[in-house]
Amino acid sequence: MTEIIKSVVCPICGCLCDDLEVTVENNEIVKMKNGCAVCEAKMVHGYKSDERILEPHIRKNGKLVPVSMDEAIYKAAQILTDAKYPLLFGWTSSASETQHVGVELAEELGCALDNCCSVCHGPSVMAIQEIGIPTATLGQIRHRADLLVYWACDPWSAHPRHVERYTAFTDGRFEKSEFKEYVQKLKGKASKKKVEAAIRRTQVRYQPPPRPQTAIVEAPPPTLAKTGRKMIVFDVKKTMTAEVADYFVQVEPNSDYEIFGAMRCLVNDQEIDVDKVGGVPVEYLKEIVDAMVNADFGAIFFGLGLTQSVGRFRNIEIAIAMTRDLNRKTKFVISPMRGHFNVTGANTVFAWQTGYPFALDFSQGYPQYNPGEFTANDLLRRGDNDATLVISADPGAHFPKSSIQNMMKHPLITINPDWNAISRLGDVVFPAQWCGIEQAGTAYRMDSVAISLKKVVEAPKGVPSDEEIIKRILNKVRVIKAQKTRKDVTETKNVENKKI
Amino acid sequence: MTEILIKNGFVVDPLNKIDCQKMDIAIKNGRIVEKVNEREAKIIDASGLTVMAGGVDLHSHIAGSEVNLGRMLRPDDHVKDAVRKTALTRAGTGYSIPSTYVTGYRYSKMGYTTVMNPSMAAMKAKHAHEELNDIPLIDKASFTLLGDWWFALENIAKGDLVECARHIAWMIRATRSYAIKIVNPGGLESWGFGRNVHSIDDKVPNFDLTPRDIITGLAKVNTMLNMPHTIHLHTNNLGVPGNYKTAIETMQALESVYTGDKPIGHITHIQFCSFAGDNWAHFKSGAAEIANYLNAHNHMTIDIGQVTFADTTTMTADGPFEFSLYELGGHNKWVNSDVETESSGGIIPFHFKKKNAVNAIQWSIGLELSLMVKDPWKVAMTTDHPNGGPFYHYPRVFAWLYSRKAREATLKKCNKKAQRKSLLPTLDREYTLYELAIITRAGTAKMLGLKNKGHIGIGAEADVAIYNINPNTTDIAQDYKPVRKAFSNAIYTIKDGEIVVKDKELVTIRPGRTMWLDVQTKEPCRIDDELKRKFKEYWTIEFDNYPVTDHYIKVPEKITIQASV
Repeated sequence: MTEIIKSVVCPICGCLCDDLEVTVENNEIVKMKNGCAVCEAKMVHGYKSDERILEPHIRKNGKLVPVSMDEAIYKAAQILTDAKYPLLFGWTSSASETQHVGVELAEELGCALDNCCSVCHGPSVMAIQEIGIPTATLGQIRHRADLLVYWACDPWSAHPRHVERYTAFTDGRFEKSEFKEYVQKLKGKASKKKVEAAIRRTQVRYQPPPRPQTAIVEAPPPTLAKTGRKMIVFDVKKTMTAEVADYFVQVEPNSDYEIFGAMRCLVNDQEIDVDKVGGVPVEYLKEIVDAMVNADFGAIFFGLGLTQSVGRFRNIEIAIAMTRDLNRKTKFVISPMRGHFNVTGANTVFAWQTGYPFALDFSQGYPQYNPGEFTANDLLRRGDNDATLVISADPGAHFPKSSIQNMMKHPLITINPDWNAISRLGDVVFPAQWCGIEQAGTAYRMDSVAISLKKVVEAPKGVPSDEEIIKRILNKVRVIKAQKTRKDVTETKNVENKKI
Repeated sequence: MTEILIKNGFVVDPLNKIDCQKMDIAIKNGRIVEKVNEREAKIIDASGLTVMAGGVDLHSHIAGSEVNLGRMLRPDDHVKDAVRKTALTRAGTGYSIPSTYVTGYRYSKMGYTTVMNPSMAAMKAKHAHEELNDIPLIDKASFTLLGDWWFALENIAKGDLVECARHIAWMIRATRSYAIKIVNPGGLESWGFGRNVHSIDDKVPNFDLTPRDIITGLAKVNTMLNMPHTIHLHTNNLGVPGNYKTAIETMQALESVYTGDKPIGHITHIQFCSFAGDNWAHFKSGAAEIANYLNAHNHMTIDIGQVTFADTTTMTADGPFEFSLYELGGHNKWVNSDVETESSGGIIPFHFKKKNAVNAIQWSIGLELSLMVKDPWKVAMTTDHPNGGPFYHYPRVFAWLYSRKAREATLKKCNKKAQRKSLLPTLDREYTLYELAIITRAGTAKMLGLKNKGHIGIGAEADVAIYNINPNTTDIAQDYKPVRKAFSNAIYTIKDGEIVVKDKELVTIRPGRTMWLDVQTKEPCRIDDELKRKFKEYWTIEFDNYPVTDHYIKVPEKITIQASV
């Protein structure tokens, strides 16, 4: 039986492309249209992998053994209630319905609650809390933007359809696509690469070219002054996105703050007394700023290269400040390139229930927020928490060793669809449905537009959704807590009776 | 369902013309009934207390993308107002933009049972509804921002209002909304390229029409669709000195649409568009002019948007206004959030100070307007939460309205220049409890076309608030403080026949309903390939994924409306 499902939403990155056409045969995705390579890898192949967790496991005598769902739920609830200060981490590849129950669970336990935002765009959120942000939905940029700046991000690899769906390659109402030009450029690049590869193969041993000590920046091309869409990329290395851009500015690592500062001065018509900033000649910066000021509508997208390099949230702050100043002369917006498909949702859901987007603590009975104190890595490295629940994330593959070492000292519960690094380390391991493939729900795009994820195939038998698991854990926690209070009451009564 | 009998309370129910009469209110199955079996019913002894219908707020930003961005923006705001979890209630935070649960709790404690969320970008409607689901205890509805929607603008420019009406009916259904909200018509579209319109006759760039066309066009569409509420209008030039003229021009423009039976337009937070003077230095009140106009005409209603002197967060879909506010200086945070083909938005934290001349005059303008417009049925009490101040400051506003003494006490602390410019010393009017009930429940319910809310006559929904005010023994104008306190925490709040607040404490948590309109046009909006193609061009979401589905509303209340086109 073949079924074609249209307008399927892709549950991979913050772009949340919702125009996929998926062909389902015998409850299996066999083909898809419109998706990017990353999407196809997950939706056609990845989700069916042999590494799938199909039943709950509990670690007994050092070995993970399959158990019934009830037993696993009970064990998880027991771990969480016995612990003094658990940490609930992850959430960003879950639907917002799951995140919603997650906050309730954290509140019930009086524990720490954090999402992956703290290791990606947490600094962006903090910068927004410092000075706000002029931003827009992606469609606004598609219709109007004639200058696109990608800073420290590589959408070509990480958000493959971002350029094609939302920015330079789409036709907007007021700005047309620059598609043809780019395709030619791309073809040229591709054949050049092929030739280079052929030459490499003829050599016995490939010697990589020496790394330049300082960045070499080419002069801005004359196209920067043209009307119509232009794309500028700032990065420390020449990425694929940089290859298709009109202009690529190679900046010295960790010098973004200075460059933004210099550009901000130039935007505000101030003179700069040096020749180069961050490896970029000031005269080039002047031309770039001119292009920015002369644009009808400009958009800056930034990635983890800004949030996780020296300066962290101050980098974003000054980028926003520059965008703000540009708004006095023209219209400019700035937007973070959010990674996981529902990391924006995690921020959103946490914020409407508690007022804070990440790094939460409920130990006082009310929500508290302090990045650096309640963020997952800081808690773990200090060894503050004594149990961890990881849901729809893989800190095992991405967190520093010291964090994981401390995490391993205490019980660990994981809820993930497949055997990733963290699942293998877990003491209680739950299976889960793939959100957006086997489970419907809501996700928030990087510009915080809510989109409904679709369920296209049935999950393997006996594999529940993570929402259901969290709900059941929450109920069990309440039951255990109630029993404990009753026990406490009877114990105190017994003590009192004895006294009498 | 339990039966309740509220005995011997002083009932204030303007829609049924009951003014502080001692009588009993019987409740059965969530409705007000003639009588109940006294032996089985739960008896509430309300002797010496005032009984009113549950409050109806027609303009309060409580949920949605904009509101939540405001929440995210202000940890500094939440840290001063943390709310602890209890066995019954969820934890959360306040202050100017409380988290969803806290919003529900605080409204309910104030005796409010229905709140309108007045600004929802259509594209972000799912988000708004998800948040509304998390606001317990109160009934809610949202107004969709349609004043700068490309489909509407194109149809109005073409002169095809019937087609426009069909599209809007589709949109109201697709976003599960309750009314047409217009914000700075034409201005938001201009803001797409960083510009704005400055009068209702300016040309909207890229579209062949003016704000006047949009306002009158949508007012006509509103009548065609038989919408229960009028168009909900945030005027052009909001927050600009001298803008009272724009407000009056806007109202004059709507005169031509008025047929004589019921109001056809509602200007919201009119305080922000009643500024006179040429610039900020010569800033003064334009309340008298606006009030005179309103006293002479019957086609408009207003809500105040009162300033309460709080460290609050301003948020509006009027992106260009927030930018000009930011440009005034003194603000460290500015958020702009444009929404493709539909709308825009802006947020700025703002501290309204008594010692600031402009802020103090703004405070005065709001009160002047409410006191100078003679007919209270034309006026609704709001603070445009959180713009003028958070909603739980309403009792302060009540006090300023019902007590001259309270006004004078505050005015004394205000900026000297503002004191000289204020018209308040010349105004003797003091609101009675009856009039207060009009501007907080009866009148607002009437404006919204909610027939079963805002009163406690037989058949009405059993939403009741009981306050510790004895109209026989208290002179509210003199003893304004205890009355203000009484309004800030109802002794009882009853929602749909269930006691939710008892002895000033929450006792039951129940979800509130989300009202939405299913507008049935004679010929539905054609959903053909042409429309879908256009849709794909205009938005970055597929047509199939755009509408809000039933999944997003936990407790829906669908209201079906038959349109006349």
